[in-house]
Amino acid sequence: MRTAFISHLVERARVNPKIFLVVGDLGYSVVEPFANLFPDRFLNAGIAEQNMTGIAAGLAMEGYTVFTYSIANFPTLRCMEQIRYDICYHNLDVKIVSVGGGYAYGSLGASHHATEDIGMMRTIPNLIVSAPGDPVETRAVLDSLLSTSSPAYLRLGKAGEPVIHANEIILPVGKSVRVLSGRNTAVLTTGAMLQHSLTTIQKNNYDFSLYSFPFVKPLDLERLAEISSNYSTVITIEEHQKSGGFGSAILEGFNDLLEAGVISKLPTVRRIATPDIFTYTAGSQEYLRKTLDLTF
Amino acid sequence: MDTIEFAREIRSRTLEMVYNAKASHIGGAFSMADILAVLYGSVLKIDPAEPKAADRDRFILSKGHACTSLYSTLAIKGFFDIDLLDTYSKDGSFFMAHTSHKVPGVELSTGSLGHAMPVACGMALAAKRKSEKQHIYVLVSDGELDEGSNWEAILFAAHHHLNNLTCIVDYNKIQSLGRVDDVIQLDPLKDKFVSFNWDVVEVDGHDHDQLLASFNNKTLTDKPRCIIAHTIKGKGVDFMQDDLKWHYQSPSADQYSAAQKQL
Ligand SMILES: [Mg+2]
Repeated sequence: MRTAFISHLVERARVNPKIFLVVGDLGYSVVEPFANLFPDRFLNAGIAEQNMTGIAAGLAMEGYTVFTYSIANFPTLRCMEQIRYDICYHNLDVKIVSVGGGYAYGSLGASHHATEDIGMMRTIPNLIVSAPGDPVETRAVLDSLLSTSSPAYLRLGKAGEPVIHANEIILPVGKSVRVLSGRNTAVLTTGAMLQHSLTTIQKNNYDFSLYSFPFVKPLDLERLAEISSNYSTVITIEEHQKSGGFGSAILEGFNDLLEAGVISKLPTVRRIATPDIFTYTAGSQEYLRKTLDLTF
Repeated sequence: MDTIEFAREIRSRTLEMVYNAKASHIGGAFSMADILAVLYGSVLKIDPAEPKAADRDRFILSKGHACTSLYSTLAIKGFFDIDLLDTYSKDGSFFMAHTSHKVPGVELSTGSLGHAMPVACGMALAAKRKSEKQHIYVLVSDGELDEGSNWEAILFAAHHHLNNLTCIVDYNKIQSLGRVDDVIQLDPLKDKFVSFNWDVVEVDGHDHDQLLASFNNKTLTDKPRCIIAHTIKGKGVDFMQDDLKWHYQSPSADQYSAAQKQL
């Protein structure tokens, strides 16, 4: 996803002179192509994420479409108030990119586990929250984020995720995509859990549908209405704390649809997420997913 | 109107707003009134008729709690109808009790301290990258220099030779719960900025000649500039001067009349 993001950003920056990339002294062997091609629109702000985010706001006020780029919690939690007040309150064209969503940097420890970011980011007004599931979705989401001047959060995995979608897709802001059609249960994923979910369904021959939600906010309520009329059981799965994350957003979505009279009954939702704990042992992403039972 | 009269008018309008709204922060609004008068009266290239002109100088008030004197300044300059100041802090008004970018002439909403310097660095960097000539001014309080985000920006501005950026410190020696020297000491403040590779000048922040000279002294270095303005909190009204109480207190009717008389 990381590679798909940067190469697609380079392509778009060739034709869009407003695109400006600011990194927090991270992105070795990733961001160089952009830096070399567009030195006037590249900045390494150093290891200072609050300043990086404020700078991004200032650049956006002067007409740039600014991408801040760092890993895990550094471009998000570390500078949450700059995101809220400088970027979102002023509704500026800044896209915050974090590589290493969830447990992508599993073995690096809790400092590098981004497992509260969705919950925190999605409470901020004006901010789009996105987490594509594969390189194809990454390109599609990037294009849709570039089509709006709204601030946005782009949560990426790492490098080397497999391509799930056979062809390039178009994903307007707030839209989801169906990956598998089945009868019993609808599995809803966001971010890099897409591949795990697909493999699990296929390996076990489950008769499940699979939907990828690259946008946690705005949420695809039309899709939720359709799902609730076709399935009585829904599974949500994410690499994030259970509280406030993707599964919570889905529950809220179903509830709001019921309250608005769009749907007449709520499906049973099983939320698979981190159960309000930190991890204190080393472990790969796979290992952590297993020990935290992030599967169905 | 000369800048002395401008500053008097700023303080008078500010007093009226704070009194009518039973608001706080008049001490810090008064300490920077002369700085605003000189900047808006004689320095900034701005046009109230075209508040978003691309080549305007940018001024950002970082200490957003002192917005009353900025609102007064902008009203006197003609950015909006001066009567709108009467809505200050009232239900539904854009004139919030911390600086709002919905007010014409305001570049950035502020109120959480330590936010403006990074944003100003972004603006200054943008001007550099686009070879634009505008200058970026930021006015910070002394107390807010406790915030680490400022020092990230101070480091950054020097590294990137942002000599189109000027930071003015309203050094009134008092912060929210006490004297700066007792809370978190800043001195030697000049040495700190100098060691961060800034050009630094110290002035009496109520002396208009000194202020004007410091703004106009564009010695051609590649460093960002810091003007440490030594000021007195509550300057202009004797019973408000250098007293922490006036970070919070709103004047009574008697105090209001006495203060207006002094101004
Ligand atoms: Mg002070």
